[in-house]
Amino acid sequence: MTRLPILKLALASLAAGTVISVLMLQIDWFGDAAATAAGPIDLLMDVTIVVSSYIFALVCVALGYALIKWRVQPGDEGDGLPIHGNTKLEVIWTVIPIIIVVALAGYSWAVLDDIENEDADRITVNVYSQQFAWTFGYPESGNKWSEGELHVPLDRQVDFQLHAQDVIHSFWVPEWRIKKDNVPGITTDAIVTPDEAGTYQLICTELCGAGHSTMRATVVVEPEAEYQKWVNGLSQNVPESLLLTADQALEIEKQIQEKEDGIEGTGVDET
Amino acid sequence: MAMAIRQPGWYRGAIGMVLGAAFGFGLVIALRAISGLELFQTEQTGYPHVIVPLITAPFGFLFGFGAFDYWFRWAAGKPTIPDDHSAHGAYRWQDYFKFNTDHKVIGIQYVVTTLCFFLIGGVLALLIRAELAQPGEQIVAANTYNGLFSTHAIVMIFLFIIPIFAGLANYVLPLMIGAPDMAFPRLNALSFWLLPIAGIVFLGSFLAPGGAFDAGWTGYAPLSTGAPLGQSFFNVGVQFAGASSIATALNFLVTIITMRAPGMNPWRMPLLVWANLSTSLLVVGATPFVAGAQFMVLFDRILGMNFFQFLEGGDVISYQHIFWFYSHPAVYIMMLPGFGIISEVISTHSRKPVFGYRLMALALIGIVVLSYSVWAHHMFVAGMFSWLRVPMMITTMLIAVPTGIKIFSWLGTLFYGKIHLYSTSMLFSLAFIITFVVGGISGVMLGMIPIDIHVSDTYFIVAHIHFVLFGGSVFTIFAGIYHWFPKMTGRMYDERLGRIHFWGTVVGTWMAFVPMHWIGMDGMPRRVADYASVYGDWNLFISVSAFLLGAVQLIFIYNMIVSWRFGPKAGNNPWRAHSIEWQVSSPPPVFNFDEIPRVVGGPYEYGTPGARHAIMGGETAPEELPEPEPATVTSPS
Ligand code: HEM
Ligand SMILES: [Cu+2]
Ligand SMILES: [Cu+2]
Repeated sequence: MTRLPILKLALASLAAGTVISVLMLQIDWFGDAAATAAGPIDLLMDVTIVVSSYIFALVCVALGYALIKWRVQPGDEGDGLPIHGNTKLEVIWTVIPIIIVVALAGYSWAVLDDIENEDADRITVNVYSQQFAWTFGYPESGNKWSEGELHVPLDRQVDFQLHAQDVIHSFWVPEWRIKKDNVPGITTDAIVTPDEAGTYQLICTELCGAGHSTMRATVVVEPEAEYQKWVNGLSQNVPESLLLTADQALEIEKQIQEKEDGIEGTGVDET
Repeated sequence: MAMAIRQPGWYRGAIGMVLGAAFGFGLVIALRAISGLELFQTEQTGYPHVIVPLITAPFGFLFGFGAFDYWFRWAAGKPTIPDDHSAHGAYRWQDYFKFNTDHKVIGIQYVVTTLCFFLIGGVLALLIRAELAQPGEQIVAANTYNGLFSTHAIVMIFLFIIPIFAGLANYVLPLMIGAPDMAFPRLNALSFWLLPIAGIVFLGSFLAPGGAFDAGWTGYAPLSTGAPLGQSFFNVGVQFAGASSIATALNFLVTIITMRAPGMNPWRMPLLVWANLSTSLLVVGATPFVAGAQFMVLFDRILGMNFFQFLEGGDVISYQHIFWFYSHPAVYIMMLPGFGIISEVISTHSRKPVFGYRLMALALIGIVVLSYSVWAHHMFVAGMFSWLRVPMMITTMLIAVPTGIKIFSWLGTLFYGKIHLYSTSMLFSLAFIITFVVGGISGVMLGMIPIDIHVSDTYFIVAHIHFVLFGGSVFTIFAGIYHWFPKMTGRMYDERLGRIHFWGTVVGTWMAFVPMHWIGMDGMPRRVADYASVYGDWNLFISVSAFLLGAVQLIFIYNMIVSWRFGPKAGNNPWRAHSIEWQVSSPPPVFNFDEIPRVVGGPYEYGTPGARHAIMGGETAPEELPEPEPATVTSPS
């Protein structure tokens, strides 16, 4: 049995993997970034792409080599070598992938903790969704209300409280990299710290009926002062009809109270 | 005529169907009259006078068609008509339209029926791509569009991929293990006939007021609980398809466990048998969950229950837990049989034993166990309890390990082999390896929560599922069909057309699905009829590629039909394979074997002079051959 040119194969895989990673990293996968979560997530993605490129290259090199080396001559009716396996090799290709995926899982966990870390001075915004429109409540500014247009301050963490009135919708701003479903009956939340002023699009990403593809809203990220001015200029309060349950009403009351009491107040006034 | 009506068959089936429908309809009307309700309830989620007949008419048809004759006589204590095996074998094309209990006939019935559904699903896909070729509304309105992608996915998953694997295994698995038939031939035939019924129910929803079901193949509540009538067709269709799947899986389990030829211990089973054993374990464990979930939705819809009605205390997210507890294992139901096919094809065409056979079998079992513990990776952004995400991320990523083992072992099988590339099945198997690696990699990315948070429900998901389902499952299906076509029909297909089909399919798949990764990450959500115009160019490119991919499938269909009729005779064993199905004639005799074969060695002993897998009846049986040393070569270096 001829010896395998292990070193050459390894070098070829490394070279091919490097070429593929370089090519893949040229692609601007995620497009623009406009929130603090984007940095760590994009980096995680790039690292994964590089790891994957080497794995993909290894498979291609092995397959290509086998095809070149052991493709039969026409008319050869013989059999290959009766190799049934190789325990050492099988252990290697079980253990190394385990190490790789556990490492990637650990890294992902760290990134997850990082992007979901809550700041003490975060503000709360309520996001109401229904077929096929988005509306927004600003509980810390007297529960003011805007339709189809969301404003948030720059460089300030926002805790979006997501609500749905009819079916499931999903809150996604691609530039923020953050997505979470709005689920009827419960309140879910998404944490975002916008760090790039500008105008973006909020996209519904959960199939919600005939108007799903048009269920969009405008998102404006602007400096704190302009944001305050804009919110103060709003005239209407969140209509009662949007608060499906007494719990939601209580929750908003609590947020307003907290704002008045300063951070970590007693919450709902029970006296 | 009167005779024809009393005999099981199409006449009696048609009458049974009408009676069944009338019974269901009458029952609803009578019960409503007794309860003092108005006779016809036509709220969009109601229509009991349509839904109940939708369930009873198929049963009426099956009674008439003869699916239950034997069991009824037996249950009634009457003498059962001793099986004269007139229902075995197929001698004319009409025999394929009977309640036939021969596993080989059923196998072909499955494959042909499911390929018809593949074409229907394909046409639906091309309609979707025609609409998406340009931004804006082209050919269908948004709600019709939602119906198109929902029916496309359901037809492909429940009526093509899952059952065609059952069909291929139906044909070859009993032969492979040296059994004369499946363990329960009548149940086997019943499983098959449930399938066209499911198909008619799913596609019949296009005729319902309000149009076809349009809440996606996932049918999330409460969108599904409030949807028009078509959604109930979905709920009922899943029951028929699911029952078919479960009954077949039970049949495979019993067949594999009890009917192996003497000498075939588990470590001598071909990997296709291992793969179907694993798949069946997934089906019997998981499929009842999707059936249950759809019943709950149906009850919410027509009985006014509130499993998922949030205003009445129902829990919306629990639907997703139940659904994915089935549907993640389901993705492996759609993949493991393909893994089995690839092992057979690669070993045969590289004239070498499968590398690391035992670890390959154990990897399948590992996937079965792990797949029950990863379902919530579909719900990372669904608003479920957040602590469940990290454990499910770890199990999800670990499932890539047994999958990787399989990839490396196939590559190992090629090394030091004698690789033949003349067969289209081998070409598809090799292309499968590369394409499936990409799908596996995107799967691992999706398993990483921060990445999934961004790309969930975007075109990236569409790219992933098509790489694993088209580049994965469908490539293996093609490999399997080309591989066993000579056995099933006794004739050879045209390799030149096979190659054209192969290259067209591979290039079409990559061109159509690679760009979806990019536009998804960049911000294009899935399940939309319209999209931002920046994605226009890529979508046009994808649509053109998809039409190319669709067109080359016609070559495949042509090749199959013409070769079946006119192809050159194939001989018993054109690939010089060792497993048992190749040692009998092509097509095999009605009862497979005159005498049950005796298994004396592993299934892939290529390269060991004189090694045999099985001694066929009628041969003079030599001494049991010593099992070859498992690891004869210590290191390839
Ligand atoms: C290495 C193995 C795999 C991993 C780690 C993996 C992981 C995932 C994850 C995490 C998702 C959910 C993404 C989301 O919705 O946000 C997903 C979706 C999906 N996967 Fe995979 N996957 C793998 C292999 C497969 C295979 C073999 C198939 C089928 C043959 C498959 C079919 C699907 C389908 C159909 C969906 C989309 C379901 C839907 O939302 O409609 N996957 N996969
Ligand atoms: Cu939506
Ligand atoms: Cu899954």
